[in-house]
Amino acid sequence: MSVTADGRTVPAPARRPGMAPTDVSNPNYFHKVVDCQWACPAHTPVPEYIRLIAEGKYSDAYMINWQSNVFPGVLGRTCDRPCEPACRRGRVEEEPVAICRLKRVAADSKDMANVAGRMPKPAEKQNGKRIALIGAGPASMTVARDLLPLGYHVTIYDQDPFAGGMMRTQIPKFRLPETVLDEECNYILDLKPETKFGEKITSLKSLLAQNYDAIFVGCGAPRGRDLEIPGREEARANIHIGIDWLSSVSFGHTTSIGKRVVVLGGGNTAMDCCRTSRRLGGEKVDVVVRSGFEEMKASPWEKEDAMHEDIPIHNFLVPKEFKHVGGKLTGVVFEKVKAERDAKGRRNLVPTGEPDVLFECDDVLVAVGQENAFPWIERDVGIEFDKWDMPVVDQVTMQSTNPKVFFGGDAAFGPKNIIWAVAHGHEAAVSIDLLCNGEDVKVRPSPLVNLTSQKMGIHEWSYDNDVSLDLRFKVPHAPKELTLKDVSMEVELGFNRELGFKEAQRCLNCDVETVFAENLCIECDACADICPVDCITFTPNDPEPVLRTHLQAPAANLSQDLYVSHDLKTNRVMVKDEDVCVHCGLCAERCPTGAWDMKKFYLETAKAGSCHK
Amino acid sequence: MTYIAKPKLHHPGLVPNKVGFTHRDYEGSISTLCAGCGHDSISAALIQACYELDIEPYKVAKLSGIGCSSKTPDYFLGPAHGFNSVHGRMPSVLTGANLANRDLIYLGVSGDGDSASIGLGQFAHCVRRGVNMVYICENNGVYGLTKGQFSATADKGSRSKTAVNSDSPIDLVSLALVLGATFVARGFSGDKKQLVPLLKAAISHKGSAIIDVISPCVQFNNNPQSTKSYDFVREHNEAVNRIDFIEPKAPITADYDAGSTTMVQQHDGSYLKLSKLHEDYNPTDRASALAYIQHHHSKGEVLTGLLFVEEQTDDLHDALGTVAKPLNRLGEDALCPGSAKLADLNAEYR
Repeated sequence: MSVTADGRTVPAPARRPGMAPTDVSNPNYFHKVVDCQWACPAHTPVPEYIRLIAEGKYSDAYMINWQSNVFPGVLGRTCDRPCEPACRRGRVEEEPVAICRLKRVAADSKDMANVAGRMPKPAEKQNGKRIALIGAGPASMTVARDLLPLGYHVTIYDQDPFAGGMMRTQIPKFRLPETVLDEECNYILDLKPETKFGEKITSLKSLLAQNYDAIFVGCGAPRGRDLEIPGREEARANIHIGIDWLSSVSFGHTTSIGKRVVVLGGGNTAMDCCRTSRRLGGEKVDVVVRSGFEEMKASPWEKEDAMHEDIPIHNFLVPKEFKHVGGKLTGVVFEKVKAERDAKGRRNLVPTGEPDVLFECDDVLVAVGQENAFPWIERDVGIEFDKWDMPVVDQVTMQSTNPKVFFGGDAAFGPKNIIWAVAHGHEAAVSIDLLCNGEDVKVRPSPLVNLTSQKMGIHEWSYDNDVSLDLRFKVPHAPKELTLKDVSMEVELGFNRELGFKEAQRCLNCDVETVFAENLCIECDACADICPVDCITFTPNDPEPVLRTHLQAPAANLSQDLYVSHDLKTNRVMVKDEDVCVHCGLCAERCPTGAWDMKKFYLETAKAGSCHK
Repeated sequence: MTYIAKPKLHHPGLVPNKVGFTHRDYEGSISTLCAGCGHDSISAALIQACYELDIEPYKVAKLSGIGCSSKTPDYFLGPAHGFNSVHGRMPSVLTGANLANRDLIYLGVSGDGDSASIGLGQFAHCVRRGVNMVYICENNGVYGLTKGQFSATADKGSRSKTAVNSDSPIDLVSLALVLGATFVARGFSGDKKQLVPLLKAAISHKGSAIIDVISPCVQFNNNPQSTKSYDFVREHNEAVNRIDFIEPKAPITADYDAGSTTMVQQHDGSYLKLSKLHEDYNPTDRASALAYIQHHHSKGEVLTGLLFVEEQTDDLHDALGTVAKPLNRLGEDALCPGSAKLADLNAEYR
């Protein structure tokens, strides 16, 4: 017998064609609930380290980060933060948790000696395998870190005399102090790789001839795109390619710029160029962008920081000509455009017909994109190139069509960012380790997964389930009057410990999962009644599109899963919409039978070495 | 009990009602009752009903006696008026409040101990006087606060963890019918789809609306041999009808089948559309309803739904001819009309 919605008892009907019960034994299910970790290319266990920050265990928080993303101090200042738009807090409130800047709190407040003592030591025994890494940027350095403790002999080549790659040459010091970068590069250099810094690789063929067991290409996307419009040649003395110019500033070769500067481009490099210009003598600096403000590639916070430094951003202007008088640059002429959709719905920029605009200036920085360039890779070494002249690289294994050559970072799939480079590095290291052990690189090792109850007493949990209502805290900045005078003075001061604690308390602990045991449920509705975000419903089962419409609150966010139980006694199912669950644990607190439990999900991606542990 | 406050964060898609509130605005403080208590579901149903009826919380007065049930007014409609009275005395306090101010909606929240034992006399008299109120009895068959002794509504032969009940039960539904209640219903805390419309109908009813809600005590009376457990009630629940509450002025579709549907118009213009689940049940005939309830009770079934309703009723105010305006809004001239009026009044009695 079962009871219908209106209270009648009827013979149990045949099972309705509804959603299949959720398989929570698949690690991907709960991993996806931890939005930040799922969104992080390196799958950093974010809530775990945020809790450690709240507890004042900064060194522990740092090490969790270091395991996953290798450069916590660097990333805590410069990460592109794919975790933040994913953060659940942003869906139940105005803004996500300041995850990135909390990472910095861990890095800034850690105990240096403690952390140094926990770093892996150089391998005592070599395994006889030799690996070459091209470039000493984040991708290569990650490969080195993962392979060195396993006994690999790793040789790192870089054209520059230091480790760090684009983190050193392209990110201005007022965003990333050199000491922070040095510290984190040194943790890896302490593992004793062979370094051939200042040595530019000009032929992959000759490197292959040295019989390395594997070669990793992590040379970045080193070529800044140029802008071939009239006047480019004549005025070239005052027209600079953005990334080359930043690199030159970084190494101290360039120390000044004209009073009036025009920066072309709307990405993060453009933001770094304009802000650096302000510090090197640029009094009137303008950023001019083809597209609209919203469509710009630069992160919103980087645009904000630029505007804060009195740098206007001009949109919908396409550069037409460099003006010069006898080879001396005098300005740039732009055509006004507007965005229009064509018949196929594609967005195009079309001229408005208004008169052109002239920006008078002394110098121009061109930051309109970067390209990969592999003139040093011979086309007959077994590496296939696609129609865009990019190497064909496997998205998972990072292997090229030459089984011994791997790619990662910007060199693999074009310009991305540091955290992607680190993620590529980890995967490439796993592949190299598999290859050197004679195993199939396509069979990937499983992640380490743990699911542990957080129940300590009847209403006691080993995590703080009292949800903070604070809005996102702002990171304090050093005064503009000072920062604009010094190209290496860090602008952001970072959260102090007190602010860091408060911001950490905003984290919803999404890794503390709500786990349902239908055999214990007596269908008393206590969980559905108490849930502050209406995410639990007891209902007859239906196919997903139907079910989503008749829950306690309609489940409109299709990117978030429904957690569906097996059939209950009344032939209904428990459906939980994961979308806005705040993981307060009240469902478990109000459950009389323990059918709900709060269990901490911990996932650490497999690193090199896990295939032969 | 739960120590943390329910987070204020809410689902971003909540829809405000006509008076601008979401259902979260009808909550009270967090419940201190045992986890899984049926009473919490009834509180949630009241929240839902008031939200759906677009009631402004300050226009509600919640009154209760003593017991687990009588603690619950703290857990819903935080901004409403409230009075936690002496054991079993909620009806008389409520009657007094109602006489003083008829503009409020009166929710009397009581339990089986509070209503069927110490307060049985009070229950009887407020029902027979037709006080305009919703009388909710949260009925779990035991005294939960004193560790689960059987109450007067426990069925004969029902077992708790440690004892068998040997006394005959008091059926508050039958009693209310005998006493002349004009709205009598029974619900189950585990079935909000039925309970919420019943509460909405009761709130809009003029007169004493009695709702007996079976509400399992998870701690002391939810064992397999109890007749007030979740499992027993689900297995023996016989709903006589399904109720659709139709707001005043809402369009009424004419295409209902008179054979299977009963339409009841209430004094405020709302309609109750009752879809029959028991072919032969007539919820507008007191005598046959009483017999029907008795008959099914003897078979061990728990009859639920709107069991009896009387259209267009009078309440205590109509009987007493009291002034329509709340007493606290009458001016001195109305309250003290002067010695000439007093002399006239005295003369009437000579």
